[in-house]
Amino acid sequence: MSTNRHKQSPASGGLLRSLSLHTIVVITALFVAVPLVYAVLGGFKTTRQLSSNPIGLPDPWMPENYGGILASGSFWHMLWNSTYIAVLTTLVVVAVSALAAFVFARFAFRGREALFTMFAAGLMFPFAVAILPLFVLLRMFGLLDNPLGVILPQAAFGMPMTIIILRGFFRAIPGEIEEAAILDGCTPFGFFWRILLPMARPAIATVSVLAVVNSWNQFMLPLVVFSDDGLFTIPLGVQQFQGQYATDVARVMAYIVVAMLPALGFYAVAERQLVSGLTAGAVKG
Amino acid sequence: MKTTRPRSRRLRGFTTILLFLLPALVLFFGLVVAPILLAFYASVFKWNGMRGLPTDFVGLANFTRLLADEVFLGDLWRGLLLIILSLVVQLPLSLGIAMLLNQRIRGRAFFRLLFFAPYMLSEAITAVLFMMILSPTDGLANVVLGWFGVDPLDWFADPSSVMMSVFIVMTWKYFGFHMILYIAGRQGIPRELTEAAQIDGATGWKVFRYVTLPLLGPTIRISVFLSVIGAIQLFDLVWIITGGGPSHSSETMAVTMFQFGFKRFQVGYASAISVVMFFISLVFALFYQRYVMRRDLQGASTVLREQR
Repeated sequence: MSTNRHKQSPASGGLLRSLSLHTIVVITALFVAVPLVYAVLGGFKTTRQLSSNPIGLPDPWMPENYGGILASGSFWHMLWNSTYIAVLTTLVVVAVSALAAFVFARFAFRGREALFTMFAAGLMFPFAVAILPLFVLLRMFGLLDNPLGVILPQAAFGMPMTIIILRGFFRAIPGEIEEAAILDGCTPFGFFWRILLPMARPAIATVSVLAVVNSWNQFMLPLVVFSDDGLFTIPLGVQQFQGQYATDVARVMAYIVVAMLPALGFYAVAERQLVSGLTAGAVKG
Repeated sequence: MKTTRPRSRRLRGFTTILLFLLPALVLFFGLVVAPILLAFYASVFKWNGMRGLPTDFVGLANFTRLLADEVFLGDLWRGLLLIILSLVVQLPLSLGIAMLLNQRIRGRAFFRLLFFAPYMLSEAITAVLFMMILSPTDGLANVVLGWFGVDPLDWFADPSSVMMSVFIVMTWKYFGFHMILYIAGRQGIPRELTEAAQIDGATGWKVFRYVTLPLLGPTIRISVFLSVIGAIQLFDLVWIITGGGPSHSSETMAVTMFQFGFKRFQVGYASAISVVMFFISLVFALFYQRYVMRRDLQGASTVLREQR
């Protein structure tokens, strides 16, 4: 058996072995894909059809659920809320972190590593730990039911990861470039703004994508900050819709499928930045 | 983490540094450090969370109550259960799939894309999706089980199966993320090493066991770290699907904290839970970095080292 396998070239492998490997991958793929496909198809059924015919194709196809959601203003309104909150969060976190990462990467001063460690330690503390006092503080600042009450804390909690990734990147830019810029009369901010940032565009793209995804999927913070449903983001909308139409399963399915699309579309566009950001963040964190 | 690069062009003055750091410091102290300090402060008071600061000092009473509370002790146990399940089921699955997708398998780009896709969805969407799929009445899962002659399960509705159901959902959502980490780690292992082992006559399994697996050490340790931190803070999924029920059987620390802090207005007590969560994360992170990841931080010949 072992001699037999020994003779095979490692790339091709035995037919049996590669078949069983394929089987494992395909079973896992079914585990992942079936719930998604089920929801997409379920959205095209009526709830009665769904319980009499849970697996098969819709018969007849009923586009009303999807149509109704897309025609209602509330979904688009939440999409807009999620979008501008994600965009503003990203702008704030990337701007603030880039400035800090610049200092951590290219200035020598006493206490730098201690300060950097403090920021990096923020990685360990998720919203769940701070959400309650954060709520109390936001109420003191009058930021409840205010988009800033979500944007600023998200930016603050996104900083550790962003600073770590950007610092690594800024460090890799050769010192000669900075020297040349300074000789030509560039101020530190001029160097940062006109030379460093443009050179760091891939890293900026990576951290921006991470910030957008984190903001997009954030649930706990908007849950406590927003009580006015005119401010709701998509995750809150999903929960609300499920509560309202719990018995109309097909309709809820259509809703979550529509709610998935922006995230999956973003994934299709930004897959590379996302994966490089997650692996860099995890490996360096 | 000391830089070895000579820092000839230093200085530029204290003010420049301060100006660059100021926004980050304000945001970080105002919205990360201050809340954590406030939690510490509030945790020694009996406080309903109304305006102003708490005044009814109770010392460590909240903590003694916490440690005698069956629900909270149950939270710790359930957190541990999720961690153990993640480590013995989810991570090996992710690692195995990552190794398979590292081979020349047909359609591997597609599989990678598919397996990672659930990570992109919010926990809210995932939660609602699985509430319907694992519905005890006519959810998809029970229909499929029916084909194999298995009686329908109650999934989230039964205290004895609710944690297993939550874990299935977590696996669905997160194994692709860990898989991506392992794929990246695997790609960081120089080809020559596995090839050399093969030339020396090592079979596929032996190459994996004695070459690939040890060199994946840093990635595995990071992946374990993220799983544990994720389990400690688990909230969204549980809150939406069960709210902690039935009868507290799926409650996590974050859910208990949320119940007391935002529903029952026992903010002092809930703050004590936050503080305990803080310490559990802190102690775990320090311990882990000190004893488990120490070798990585010093840099064995690994991915981590290369990327620094």
